[in-house]
Amino acid sequence: MVFGAILAGGVGSRMNISDMPKQFLNLGDKPIIVHTLEKFRLCTRLDHIYIGVHPDWLTHMNDLIKKYIGECDDVHVVAGGGDRNSTIFNIIDDIEKNFGENDENIIVTHDSVRPFVTQRMIVENIDAAEKYGAVDTATSAIDTIVESDDGEFIKAIPERKKMYQGQTPQSFKISLLKKLYGELTSEEKATLTDACKICIVKNQPVYIVEGEISNIKITTVSDYKIAQAMVGGVKN
Amino acid sequence: MINYVYQLVSPKVFSVKYTDIDLNADRVIIRPNYMALCHADQRYFLGQRDIKVLNKKLPMALIHECCGIVEYDPTGTFKKGQKVVMIPNTPIRKNPVIFENYDKGTYFLSSGHDGFMREFVDLPPDRVVAYNGVPDEIAAITEFVSVTVHASTRFDLAGHKNRDSIAIWGDGSLAYTLANVLKLRFPESKIYVVGMDSRKLSHFSFVDGTYFSNNIPEDFHFDHAFECCGGEGSFYAIDDIIKYINPQGTVTLMGVSENKVAINTRDILEKGLTFVGSSRSGRADFEKAVELMETDAFQKRINKIISVDTPVKSIKDIIKVFGDDLTTPFKTVFKWDM
Repeated sequence: MVFGAILAGGVGSRMNISDMPKQFLNLGDKPIIVHTLEKFRLCTRLDHIYIGVHPDWLTHMNDLIKKYIGECDDVHVVAGGGDRNSTIFNIIDDIEKNFGENDENIIVTHDSVRPFVTQRMIVENIDAAEKYGAVDTATSAIDTIVESDDGEFIKAIPERKKMYQGQTPQSFKISLLKKLYGELTSEEKATLTDACKICIVKNQPVYIVEGEISNIKITTVSDYKIAQAMVGGVKN
Repeated sequence: MINYVYQLVSPKVFSVKYTDIDLNADRVIIRPNYMALCHADQRYFLGQRDIKVLNKKLPMALIHECCGIVEYDPTGTFKKGQKVVMIPNTPIRKNPVIFENYDKGTYFLSSGHDGFMREFVDLPPDRVVAYNGVPDEIAAITEFVSVTVHASTRFDLAGHKNRDSIAIWGDGSLAYTLANVLKLRFPESKIYVVGMDSRKLSHFSFVDGTYFSNNIPEDFHFDHAFECCGGEGSFYAIDDIIKYINPQGTVTLMGVSENKVAINTRDILEKGLTFVGSSRSGRADFEKAVELMETDAFQKRINKIISVDTPVKSIKDIIKVFGDDLTTPFKTVFKWDM
């Protein structure tokens, strides 16, 4: 089976414009996370969709589903963990509790605040996860990337054509992700910034699906304004 | 849900418009699967329309020939996963006299309104027709087939009953598809095709005769005719048709010309000819087209004029497919993976 996993565990600390986590802010006529959920629900390759939400916002998320989607048995809301990977593993725990373990099960993880994801990206993630086991979505870097250890002086300027900017979805065979994560030391776990890094640390090849520049992550006030402009501005 | 609409903003330049689709509206949500290019799309892409027309109609998503897969239907008309063709013609009312494709207020997707180059298409259920047993790359040109079905219906309604012979001027995709439809709908009639390109004319193996337009026998006569040339060829085609057609014949005009075409009205009057303009199609034509396309022989013949290009996964691929279309003799079809 193929499971979508929309990660919405954050509480919006970088936005500073609202007490509400950014995924719940409106984009056009509905919350950002509803746009993302609707895009996932239209993908016929996904059997069930999970949403990992901060425990304080579980009820709110369920209310949104009721309001915008209605009764549905393919969407499941679970409590997120302390960080991104904990949220993913909370979702995996629930998947295996409800649907059992299967080596072929795939999870397509995605940031709730990337509502501009396309069907192509989702479908290519699923296809590549079936074939390679681990998939990231990325776009070629447009700006030159500079590396610095101290934030004051450049240490290196990597060759731009080898640089990509990571997005989501990130997709995995669940069994592979669990196995690799289980092999990590505490020190290695402390270095993780996303799920693909679990694979990289353990030398598991990760296939790259081409993302889109438009697949922005709405993290800051500027991102939010850009996203609003992309869908035609703010409606009064 | 945010939807990607791939609009032509100026000749050869595409940009994305993001729109919000309301999934709770009474509209069927369809994922485009295969698309086909039409001369009209190509003219917009190349900027071969009048500058005033381009300024008025762009930005706009192109493509009006498309089949897809139903992803969601709150109206309950279609099942999830049902393969369908989409009707670009959009009437705003029911008119018992005038065909929906000519009625006032009717608009057309990919002419002033966004066509099917979108991530998802949302349509009212009556603008969607299900198909079964037709390969997707052939189903992509259902709209094109429906246009010839419509023309044959217009002829059937207007033409007198002497239908021993029907001539088609033109040797392109439109003429080829129309010849197939006429063969099926009027099996007693002899079908002749007049063209210029020997390679294209050689495809018309199922008709009763083909002629080169520069070498038409003087004793060539027929009861009715269809003009499928358009452009600069319209003038010569119409002139020849008037010359060779039997009295009181019906001439169905299907070719689009950017410029006004001079016509020999003296001989039209003398022969008592009827001219019928035929353009686009409606739901009934789509239903009939799907019925024809579900037959094996029709599919095999139509398959001969389809060139399947590489799948389109990016705006760069869209531009490539338009370029490729200029080098294919008939219809260019491609998988839509955007």
